[in-house]
Amino acid sequence: MTDLIERHDIEQFDDHGGHETNPHDDHEHHGPSGLLKWLTSTDHKVIGINYTVTSIVMLVVGGALAEIIRAQLVSPTSTLVSFAQYNQLFTMHGSIMIYLFAGPFAFAGLANYLVPLQVGAPDMAFPRLNALSYWLYLSGVITMVLSFFATGGPAAFGWVGYAPLTSAVNAPGVGPDLWIGALLLTGFSAIFSGVNLVATIFYLRAPGMTLFRMPIFTWNMLVTGILILLAFPVLTAALVMLYCDRHFGTHIFEVQGGGVPLLWQHMFWFWGHPEVYILALPFFGMVSEVIPVFSKKPMFGYKGMVFATLTIAALSLGVWAHHMFTSGAVLLPFFSIMSLLIAVPTGIKIFNWIGTMWKGQIQYTSAMLFSIGFVITFLIGGITGIFLASPPLDFFTHDTYFVVAHFHSVVMALVIGAMAGIYFWGPKITGYKLHEGWGKAQFWFLFLGTQVFTFPGYWLGLKGMARRMAVYPNNPSWQTLNDWSTVGAIMIGISTLFLIINFIVSWRKPIPAGDNPWDASGLEWFTSSPPPHHNFLSLPPIRSERPTWDYHHPEHPALGHGDHVSGHAEEKVSN
Amino acid sequence: MHSDNPQSGSHVKTGVVRKFITSRRAALLAVIAPLVLAGCQLPTFGAYHGITKGGSQTFKLWQGFSVIAVIIGGGTFLLILWVVFRYRHRSDAIPRQTQYNVPLEVLYTIVPILVVIGLFAATVVVENQVLSEPTPKATVNVTAFQWGWKFVYPGQNVVVVGQTTQDPTMVVPLGENVKMNLRSSDVVHGFYVPELNFSRFAQPGLLNTFTFNFDKLGVFKGQCTQLCGLYHSLMYFKIQVVTKTQYQAWLKANALSPAQAVAAANASANQINAGIPVKPAQTSYGVN
Amino acid sequence: MLKQESYILIAFGIFAGIVAAVYWFWGHEDSGGVMLVGALLLGLMPGLYYYYWYRRSGGQRPEDRPNATVAEGAGTVDAFPSTSIWPFVLGSGCFFFVLALVFGIWLLVPGLSLVLAAFIGATAESRRGGSV
Repeated sequence: MTDLIERHDIEQFDDHGGHETNPHDDHEHHGPSGLLKWLTSTDHKVIGINYTVTSIVMLVVGGALAEIIRAQLVSPTSTLVSFAQYNQLFTMHGSIMIYLFAGPFAFAGLANYLVPLQVGAPDMAFPRLNALSYWLYLSGVITMVLSFFATGGPAAFGWVGYAPLTSAVNAPGVGPDLWIGALLLTGFSAIFSGVNLVATIFYLRAPGMTLFRMPIFTWNMLVTGILILLAFPVLTAALVMLYCDRHFGTHIFEVQGGGVPLLWQHMFWFWGHPEVYILALPFFGMVSEVIPVFSKKPMFGYKGMVFATLTIAALSLGVWAHHMFTSGAVLLPFFSIMSLLIAVPTGIKIFNWIGTMWKGQIQYTSAMLFSIGFVITFLIGGITGIFLASPPLDFFTHDTYFVVAHFHSVVMALVIGAMAGIYFWGPKITGYKLHEGWGKAQFWFLFLGTQVFTFPGYWLGLKGMARRMAVYPNNPSWQTLNDWSTVGAIMIGISTLFLIINFIVSWRKPIPAGDNPWDASGLEWFTSSPPPHHNFLSLPPIRSERPTWDYHHPEHPALGHGDHVSGHAEEKVSN
Repeated sequence: MHSDNPQSGSHVKTGVVRKFITSRRAALLAVIAPLVLAGCQLPTFGAYHGITKGGSQTFKLWQGFSVIAVIIGGGTFLLILWVVFRYRHRSDAIPRQTQYNVPLEVLYTIVPILVVIGLFAATVVVENQVLSEPTPKATVNVTAFQWGWKFVYPGQNVVVVGQTTQDPTMVVPLGENVKMNLRSSDVVHGFYVPELNFSRFAQPGLLNTFTFNFDKLGVFKGQCTQLCGLYHSLMYFKIQVVTKTQYQAWLKANALSPAQAVAAANASANQINAGIPVKPAQTSYGVN
Repeated sequence: MLKQESYILIAFGIFAGIVAAVYWFWGHEDSGGVMLVGALLLGLMPGLYYYYWYRRSGGQRPEDRPNATVAEGAGTVDAFPSTSIWPFVLGSGCFFFVLALVFGIWLLVPGLSLVLAAFIGATAESRRGGSV
């Protein structure tokens, strides 16, 4: 069935949250029900929930693999797992976390749900393509999980799969092929999501929502969408080339036959570095929505944030070989200066978040705690990244636990940001709030656990412990540091348990949320929780990036520094 | 109308705060910079001092970066803590809805750019030193293979070979330029010695060269850092720095006949690995 | 319409082009150079297309004008397919296609059949504005 969606004028209504009866409401959706309804849904809200649930399951699976890794590293010569199993463990941990959790959650989970709502659209621009994205992603999940049951086991060459370790000789069997297949499926899924994001944001905004009135989250999703379109095809091409090397006798990445193994590294990282920003930008956006709401202030430096996001994305196209500094075959100063420069827009964002909280009235809800935890953890990860941008410093930290700690600081920051998103928008999606007590317990275990996990890693890397080692030298200080790291990993695991407990408790003792429990500012808070079919029965006038705030607090518009407040606080400014 | 607005004085306060932060940071930098240049009495921040010229310079660069990181990162962290405690929710009044402050935003765009340029300049200086390849007095051809190392001394008929925990030892002279030609015979490996403050990939089909001038005697542990398959965790080796006379003596004592040297240099990984049992690392590597 | 949007894409393309030029002449490295030129084209192609349409149509849509009212956007927004089995069918077909890459050519039979069925079904669905 195809619906023709119509907008209706609501400006004659003056009660807050007034709902106009949509004459089309008696148009009953004689659609399918039950399983068939789920299989045929093209509603971006359903698809967004599908993605969110599936990716959180993948987070738990990847996390379980991490706990096994940390258990192995408790003692230097542990035989808990074999060498082969250890290589498979970290390969699948990394692959599941990056390809199957972080990406999909970031640009297809909450983004799918929120972007049409935030721009005032009834759905994504291409609903059937959106549904296809999810089915391709789910196929990719199944394919990757299938590889656990392959005869030779799953892939064991690291989530980056450097050639020639991935050749048919060095990585025989079905496991690696399933890994390639899973990445092809999720890659196309991502590309189609990128298409939908850009098209929706370009074409389906509500009247009055100019580009510079979009919420920061939407801006970040636009830039993420563009980055997806620029980067993912390169990975897909590299995977096809790898498959040909493995099965069709080509020698693209193999020296025997005239190939160049280094080419894999170039192509992989040309995708790989934009990928980490594809992962990070959505969470930057989420936090940029939460912090202003609980500081009771607008996002400080809105235009600066937009330009910083665009700059980060553009620069990310030119830094890929900082992952290859030790290869001896890349132009070091070029990639060094480009990588160092990315610190500047990132710093601007951090200062803007601080500026948002400055002189605010900060309420420490779980969502706000997670957002602040995100900022602090990302600050640590970002600063350690600056060291890695200097080739001489990268020479002795590359492939050590220093790098492992750096990127875990950064990705754990993203996980913390994901929790902020869940707690903030959970009420909008389900209609019920999550319990704050369990949320705060989860926050402390997740945030502190992350620091306890990563800080020993930095120290171990500097002492000389390399990464991807199943066993390590029998040295008391190394073992102590590894054990502390394991304690941190256990704390993170406990925090995930708290999240699951919170889901159950909040389901059994529901707290109804209402339309706008947080007094927030985006268009999604103007409609009901959860939103009706096709999202909006009415829309407010859009005169700034905070249409819902303006509707409820017309006497508190955003001001520039040095602007003078017009009118007395108690006077209601008439529309 | 605006004069009795309690918020109107805030732009003055912000300017004062901004100047305070800038001046305090400038003062700190002025104090730290000479210390960095002197290089002494600064904490190591976890890195090794380095046993070569390039390694020592890398160590100093590490210290410099660390100082900047502590100042900027630590300062930002303290700022976050300050904000978190100072602006706790105290009343239900809606605060001033300040959305931008262009001079402040320009400031914290320009200052980081300047810092980054400074870091880059220091990086280039050290990088040029580390990558420089003056005329060598000794040369070692290093070949990484699954899962061990082969050190061939061209022209000297000396070949050192070992896999996993056999810990093959590369002997090198003190105070002379030693050039290493690094390659791999199968997959990508990593040549890494922590105390050298250096690592480099060993790639198939690609030759990597670098030159060291060792300034410290001793035995230094090394290992493979780039995942290379099953026994990646056990691909250890050692570098032993000895005096020039000791080095010459060692070369003479270990010289093979030319035919033997050629055969050993060409031995494939499988020939080396065959029949040699692999056991997990048991040796202690000392305390840092 | 789409003026600012075209600027964003064109800006990405031009930036990629500058980086490509600097990288090419400084580094002489082929693969990075080609990929950056790819990014240049991927930015310019849709960007210039949007810019062309902006020049041709000249108008501003309600979402481009800061003073637009909700009433101006009233009327039909677009056609949004609300339920469809074809994405699932196409997805399953692609899944079988990938499994064929791994387990054997015979899996291409169900794979391609499902893909073809989906293309035909989705096209018919679009034409009729309803499900097949």
